[in-house]
Amino acid sequence: MLEENGNGTGKNGKEVGLLERVKAGVKEDVQSLKTDLPAKAKEQVEGLKDPTKTQVYTSIFRHKHDDTPRNRALGVLSNVFLHLHPAKINRDAVRYSFTWGMGGITFFLFLILTYTGVLLMFYYHPTKVQAFRDVLYLEHDVPFGKILRNMHRWAAHLMIIAVWLHMFRVFLTGSYKKPREFNWNVGVILLVLTLLLSFTGYLLPDDQLGFWAVTVGTNMARATPLLGHEGPFGKMLGMTPYNDVRFGLLGGSIVDANALLRSYIWHCIGIPLVAITFMAVHFWRVRKDGGISGPAPVMLESEADKRRT
Amino acid sequence: MDWRQLWEIVSAPDNVPIVGMIPLLVFYIYLAWKQARANDELVAELETNPALAKTHHRKSWPFRPGWQKEVHVWPFLLRIEFLAAIIVTIILMVWSITLSAPLEEPSNPNLTMNPAKAPWYFLGLQEMLVYFDPWIAGVVMPTLIIIGLMVIPYIDTNPLGSGYYTWKQRKFAIGTFLFGFIVLWVAMIIIGTFIRGPGWQWFWPGQTWDHNRLIYEVNRDLPDLFGITSNLAKGIFGAIVVGGFYLIGGFVVHALFRRYNPKDYRRMSLLQYSIMIFFLLTMVALPAKMLLRLALNIKYVWITPWFNV
Repeated sequence: MLEENGNGTGKNGKEVGLLERVKAGVKEDVQSLKTDLPAKAKEQVEGLKDPTKTQVYTSIFRHKHDDTPRNRALGVLSNVFLHLHPAKINRDAVRYSFTWGMGGITFFLFLILTYTGVLLMFYYHPTKVQAFRDVLYLEHDVPFGKILRNMHRWAAHLMIIAVWLHMFRVFLTGSYKKPREFNWNVGVILLVLTLLLSFTGYLLPDDQLGFWAVTVGTNMARATPLLGHEGPFGKMLGMTPYNDVRFGLLGGSIVDANALLRSYIWHCIGIPLVAITFMAVHFWRVRKDGGISGPAPVMLESEADKRRT
Repeated sequence: MDWRQLWEIVSAPDNVPIVGMIPLLVFYIYLAWKQARANDELVAELETNPALAKTHHRKSWPFRPGWQKEVHVWPFLLRIEFLAAIIVTIILMVWSITLSAPLEEPSNPNLTMNPAKAPWYFLGLQEMLVYFDPWIAGVVMPTLIIIGLMVIPYIDTNPLGSGYYTWKQRKFAIGTFLFGFIVLWVAMIIIGTFIRGPGWQWFWPGQTWDHNRLIYEVNRDLPDLFGITSNLAKGIFGAIVVGGFYLIGGFVVHALFRRYNPKDYRRMSLLQYSIMIFFLLTMVALPAKMLLRLALNIKYVWITPWFNV
């Protein structure tokens, strides 16, 4: 190297100085490797003993977790999945005998259905040739395919029962009364959407059961007053099997390939998007209308026409 | 008694949810009734004891002074939700392992299923097809059910029973809802599922589903019974009968309601009152028409060139 020949660049001594400085520097570096790194390693190990103090951890969980009332509240409020809950609720409101838990179970079943539904979509083609074979394939060849399909179907049926029971409970406790009238209406729409979700899914295996159930179901649309070709006043408005409301639902005059595709899109994308929107409003309004309605203190006849404070 | 037939219907995979729903309904009605009775007893006690009414915490279970009124959602609510999620998942898993979702032959438009049934949750509507033309049973009735559910919060002017179970304070509202939900909806589903066999004929539980059974039934129209022959006269006659049902029925409801529900009667506006009477009579029209059909073999009441009722 240049600095090692030692003569005649006109910068005497500087080369030597540089060499020494480099030597000294390297020496220092080696020394620091020997002393600092073990110290840092020790510090690191020391730090790992309490992972909750690491930067990664504190960036994810933004509050401490020791058991204080403040942290219990923050655990709910600072979590996006839990923050629809209030931090504290009436001690009676957690009684299962009052709530029946059916609204929450309905939502949980919706999550299960979304999860199993997405997995089913990997194996399913909404076409006349493939659909039924895909279901057979799921039943016989796909690992865990059968339990996947079963869970999706039974969760759907269970969800309908849970929705009905939820509505039943809300009615029996008078929870639709002021100020919750609007949220009851959102709930009725969600009930209808749940039934439609299940109904659109019924056709998808493309077997006799689904085919005839959907045929029976959509045949009623023929008879829609004004908009169906067999309904009252339908013919007068120019309705035929090829332009009425049933044609619009099925994408044809019979339950066929287009109906399968429409069913599939409504089932997997259309109705879930609408339902999610209404669910968001529903849950939001539960909070905004003052949380769960009860168990409220009983009201006496004599107080009926007075405003409750 | 054809036990095999009975077992086949009860154990058909898609009928299992209904079979499961019946004990669930019984259980939850019992749960609600128990709490309603306790609350009603408390109300009766507080009505006679104004001093207690001021001090009692007004719930039917004891509350100790010193207890916190509110509890943290974490963990007191979240643990219940978590537990519910686990239990639902386990039930669903066991159900999916032990019972497979139905899959029939590939769909075949040339081979009609007999009986061709809609999904079980719509069988109430399909059963209505026996008594009404499709435009009523399939379109008007579902629409009225949805609208009827939605107007409930706006026509129920009774401020009592908001947020707690009760029977005595809301006899009319709860009675009407039970009639609509249990009798008109659930019972019709049970008839549609377990009673209706091939050709949508009535088979008692345990009776063999005979695909060749013929029933010779002459259905008559109400105008025929009165010897009315001309189309115009039939139309006018039917309009009078249907109009009369709503007018006389409305008068009867009015007479009963103002006697037995004077407070609600006073509170309701004309619009609320007439909507309530309309929906109540429409609900009653279904069993009325069923009775006409099953007992007297009457098919139509009102015949016009455009629609029949």
